[in-house]
Amino acid sequence: MKKSVFLGALTVAGLAATAGAAATLDDVKARGKLNCGVATGVPGFAAPNASGEWEGFDVAVCRGVAAAVLGDPTAVEFVPTTGKTRFTALASGEIDMLARNTTWTFSRDVDLKFTFVGVNYYDGQGFMVPKELGVSSAKELDGATVCIQTGTTTELNLADFFRVNNISYEPVPIETNAEAQQQYLAGACDVYTTDASGLAATRSTFENAADHVILPEIISKEPLGPLVRHGDDEWGDIVRWSLNAMIAAEEYGVTSANVGEMSAAAGDNPEVNRLLGTEGNLGEMLGLDAGWAKMVIESVGNYGEVFESNIGSATPIGLSRGLNAQWTEGGLLYAPPFR
Amino acid sequence: MATVTDPPKAEFRLSMLIYDTRYRSMTIQVVALIGFLLLVGFLISNTVQNLATSGKTVGFGFLTEPAGYDINQVLIEYNNQNSHLRAAFVGLLNTLLVAVLGCITATVIGVIIGVLRLSPNWLIARLTTVYVEMFRNVPVLLWIVFAMAILIETLPAPRAFRGDDPEATMKIFDTVAITNRGVYVPEPLFSRSLGDIHLFGTSSMNFDISLDLLLIIAVVVASIFGVRAIKRNADATQEKTGKRPTTWYLTLGTLVVPLLVVLVALGFHLGYPELKGFNFQGGTYLRNSLIALWLALSLYTAAFIAENVRAGILAISAGQTEAAGALGLRPNRIMRLVVLPQALRVIIPPLISQYLNLTKNSSLAIAVGYMDITGTLMGITLNQTGKELETLLLGMLIYLIISLSISALMNWYNNRVKLVER
Repeated sequence: MKKSVFLGALTVAGLAATAGAAATLDDVKARGKLNCGVATGVPGFAAPNASGEWEGFDVAVCRGVAAAVLGDPTAVEFVPTTGKTRFTALASGEIDMLARNTTWTFSRDVDLKFTFVGVNYYDGQGFMVPKELGVSSAKELDGATVCIQTGTTTELNLADFFRVNNISYEPVPIETNAEAQQQYLAGACDVYTTDASGLAATRSTFENAADHVILPEIISKEPLGPLVRHGDDEWGDIVRWSLNAMIAAEEYGVTSANVGEMSAAAGDNPEVNRLLGTEGNLGEMLGLDAGWAKMVIESVGNYGEVFESNIGSATPIGLSRGLNAQWTEGGLLYAPPFR
Repeated sequence: MATVTDPPKAEFRLSMLIYDTRYRSMTIQVVALIGFLLLVGFLISNTVQNLATSGKTVGFGFLTEPAGYDINQVLIEYNNQNSHLRAAFVGLLNTLLVAVLGCITATVIGVIIGVLRLSPNWLIARLTTVYVEMFRNVPVLLWIVFAMAILIETLPAPRAFRGDDPEATMKIFDTVAITNRGVYVPEPLFSRSLGDIHLFGTSSMNFDISLDLLLIIAVVVASIFGVRAIKRNADATQEKTGKRPTTWYLTLGTLVVPLLVVLVALGFHLGYPELKGFNFQGGTYLRNSLIALWLALSLYTAAFIAENVRAGILAISAGQTEAAGALGLRPNRIMRLVVLPQALRVIIPPLISQYLNLTKNSSLAIAVGYMDITGTLMGITLNQTGKELETLLLGMLIYLIISLSISALMNWYNNRVKLVER
């Protein structure tokens, strides 16, 4: 009896694994829920709010994809992942996509067999120190104890930075942002290093945020974006163009407030028409409804709205748009044409 | 008149494989074997197929590539340009360090608690019962995290030691600094060091052994042999003349003088920790992560060992204690000379499995950021290279080898101390 249950479970697991490799879209539709990997809790990017609902900048990407595919931004099963577990979770099919402050690097794209569908936040690695230490530059950190999340690109950048500048440090490896925060505040490490956006997010939760400074050095490029598994290009396209729809919507002035009106009938901008499905058949090409992009914008808003409501200057996190402004405003955000 | 005929010779029929007890057990084994092989085959082919579908190849070439990450506690030389293999080796040594330290302290605490739990003193017996039940019934991971949280939150940060009127000061004549990053104690230094032996050349397994340490160990071992010789001599004299010569000054001299001579010859002195820059520099640095892990694993496992010890002692008949008492032995000598030696045969086999548990539980190290083999090879290396299958297989193999070695060693010891049966 025991053995047959075990064998049965193995067979099911085997079947699930093989089925997961292709046609993620069909799986998601059949399941009626999108499994989306997010961080275990970075305020502003991905964290459950007081009523237990996931909120944040990365969470909005998940909700956007769910809206495009299932027509329901709440049809998402959020799977919290750590820096260490995220890739295994994606590779094994436990999640359909990962939207978790993950840096697009060559080896992750090529060697780890993932497809980065775009960049939703252009970031760089920074350092945060208590003001009382009197440090004004990262180059003065010789001999410092540094809290660092393991299994991240920041860990490798950190090693490179200190090696190149010929100074030493003492790494304190930790698993999650929350642990890092605890150790940093208790003084068990002098410095906390991660992506500058993450530092700002973490600092925003401190009681005395003003007692901590983020050093001017940005020691790396960290293009953060959602990713999917290699080998299912159709699914990759859906995630990629859901993100692009949010970026393009901001460029064309489509917001969650006016999208209903603009998608009611074809307007005078053909690109907006194609985006919102009043012209052409882009939705059909993706295997989705014609109103897929409208659903995305209606339910989560365009890129600018998502930015401002989660991590923008009006929020406690207080990030300025900087590199993440539209290309028309001197930033790097540039959605390929919808045609 | 009845004739007895031989019973007809049974012919072999296929159904006998099931119904005949002579063959049935064999049939079941063959079926089980086939089933097992099918299962293994299925798992392997499934893995290969899934890896092929996701476009991954299996290979161990990544082990020779530069690791790129730093490790805080290194027992051998390591920098982030060394290979993943060396990083794994560093992690392995860290695992072994905490396992050895943990096994020693757990045994000491366990034996004491186990004996005390049988104490006629009501209060002591109850207190130790509370200890045992408390540690046995809470998962070890919680103890590890708890120990770490206490160390971080209650101890002063190094910056508290700074300034003219610091909030915290160093303990024991200003030689030991206890901070929330760890404990800094004076380190032994030699001004006329003999240098190191370099083992395994330039391979990724190379490591240095300090000649000073080897010399000191050799001298201590030689002293112990000397002490034994003195004792044998005393025994012989006692048997011959009936008087035992006074040997304590000889024993003490043999133990202390050669060691002192060697230490002076090597120019032994202590290096004290000093607050410089962000941290204390100099001295030996015991990281919080090591202390928390060591402490939690020791206390947790000690609770189980205490139960083994108690069971072992209860297995010895009370008559033995009474007989020893009748000979005039004092209670602590009865325990040491009569009860414990006999109890060992009951204690040691379960003790082996406690050592194995402690070693395997040390893989929870990452919870407090201790870089053991799970943290390096199966943690960061796995994550940076994406070689889940290879790193996990290697990790399992390494733990298997460690466990089997402990088992072999302890079984050898068990065979030495168990009752000789004739």
